[in-house]
Amino acid sequence: MTSNALHGVMAEFDTGQALVDAARRAVAQGFTKLEAYSPVPIEELNDIIHKKRTNLPRVVLAGGLTGMATGFGLQYWASVIEYPMNIGGRPQASWTTFIIPSYELTILFASIAAALGMIVLSGLPQPYHPVFNVERFSMASSDKFFLVLESADPKFDQPVTSEFLRSLGAKGVYDVEE
Amino acid sequence: MKQFGLIAAVLGVALTVAGFMISGLDRFFQAYLVAYTFWMGVVLGSLALLMVQHLSGGVWGIVLRRPLEAAVRTLPFMAVLFLPIALGMHSIYEWTHETAATDPIISQKALYLNTPFFLGRQVFYFVVWSTMGYLLTKWSAEHDRTGDPALLDKIARVSGGGLVVYFLTVTFAMVDWTLSVNPHWYSTIWGLLYIGGQGLSAFAFGICVLVMLSQTAPMNRVLTTHHFHDLGKFLFAFLMLWAYLSFSQFLIIWSANLPEEIPHYLTRWDNSWKYLSIFIIVGHFIVPYSLLLSRDLKKNPGRLRVIATWIIFARLADYYWHVAPEFHNDGFSFSLLDIALPIALGGIFISLFLSQLRGRALLPINDPGLEKALTHHVH
Repeated sequence: MTSNALHGVMAEFDTGQALVDAARRAVAQGFTKLEAYSPVPIEELNDIIHKKRTNLPRVVLAGGLTGMATGFGLQYWASVIEYPMNIGGRPQASWTTFIIPSYELTILFASIAAALGMIVLSGLPQPYHPVFNVERFSMASSDKFFLVLESADPKFDQPVTSEFLRSLGAKGVYDVEE
Repeated sequence: MKQFGLIAAVLGVALTVAGFMISGLDRFFQAYLVAYTFWMGVVLGSLALLMVQHLSGGVWGIVLRRPLEAAVRTLPFMAVLFLPIALGMHSIYEWTHETAATDPIISQKALYLNTPFFLGRQVFYFVVWSTMGYLLTKWSAEHDRTGDPALLDKIARVSGGGLVVYFLTVTFAMVDWTLSVNPHWYSTIWGLLYIGGQGLSAFAFGICVLVMLSQTAPMNRVLTTHHFHDLGKFLFAFLMLWAYLSFSQFLIIWSANLPEEIPHYLTRWDNSWKYLSIFIIVGHFIVPYSLLLSRDLKKNPGRLRVIATWIIFARLADYYWHVAPEFHNDGFSFSLLDIALPIALGGIFISLFLSQLRGRALLPINDPGLEKALTHHVH
């Protein structure tokens, strides 16, 4: 097996705390491409592994602004350009009354952008992931905790990295094939 | 901070005396109404938030409870400060004048807008508010000592009924204090508009207090960025509520375009008051709204305090915008008293507030949610 066909090395732990400690030491060693898998949410892990903030807030903002422009544009087009009508002598471009539907569309588009953006930025849908090639990984949805150091990491070196993971107290270390 | 309150009070009173010499008695009472309504907004907003957090629970309520209680316990003292308004009714309320009897609109409202009934209502409001505040804070202090869960039950029951009473009494009180300044005009959303504003004032004030407390022991070990993030989100929500209610009133009146309703906006737009109106839209909504969108800002106590202080200032401008144009319909008018009296009353209120805050533990010691509040983490 060559290292090209290797997704990374996987270490198995019995407790969430062991996983957190291992992740912390791996990051301290300078690993940047790593991922943790756990049957329960562990809030600390997110701060350790994912230091970079996602672009989701910007996606939501863009969605909101698009919604606002759409809502306002729709009303402007309808009541000024396409179907101008005199309603109680008010100006055709009655922006005051346009505000509420524009606001509603802002919220609608922002929420849709948040939901879709979350899915897309998470890399979903993802029908194939190499970690499932490891047989023991099925325990990740039961009671075991896994840390994967990925081969894309510049510091990655299969035998050294495996040894490092063993030194962190891993119960088992497995190669993850692509 | 204690000195800050006293200095503000002394400075405010000195400026008030100077302003009084320049602008005279009528102006004094008119400015006093704005200053008093503004600071009572912080107190009554605190009363409402105190009841809300007793009912809703939540970590924000536990860390904010003692500052809210301290603000509520100033109520009996603040009631005394209402006296100048009672004395200055003739300078503030047109419906107390002799000519009101012959005015076709005011004379029809005389059943409600007359001096004895007005004063009787004020006594009623202050008795109700003070009693609610007294019971809530007394039982809360007792719970600190005994930890008796039956007390929490009683507090929750008073809070539930109390919120209904709060909405009704504040609606009537604000109709009395500020809406009746122009007895020809009316707005049914007025009470809610002030209630939303009071919640905003109270949150902004509470955030400033908590940021100051978080700079020294023991609260610096309790308050984390997560607490401030929560409080910042509430500030944001109340800012939107205020904007929503203000805009609702405007939109309804603008759409109907009725001659008896539009003067309220015409006096504030067709002359130099327009600049204050624009300032309210930009400074009270657009700027703080855009800034509070940022999560980093809400998590940063120092910056959050700057925004909260700014909102308190904008709230004062909003109260001024509601009342002052009725006395000067031809254009923007400003007197030294309009800034001196808010400083003076603010100094007195902050001194009272701090002496009340000092008397008790800064956190509710026996509260079942305290543990969770101390280890508050990301959600």
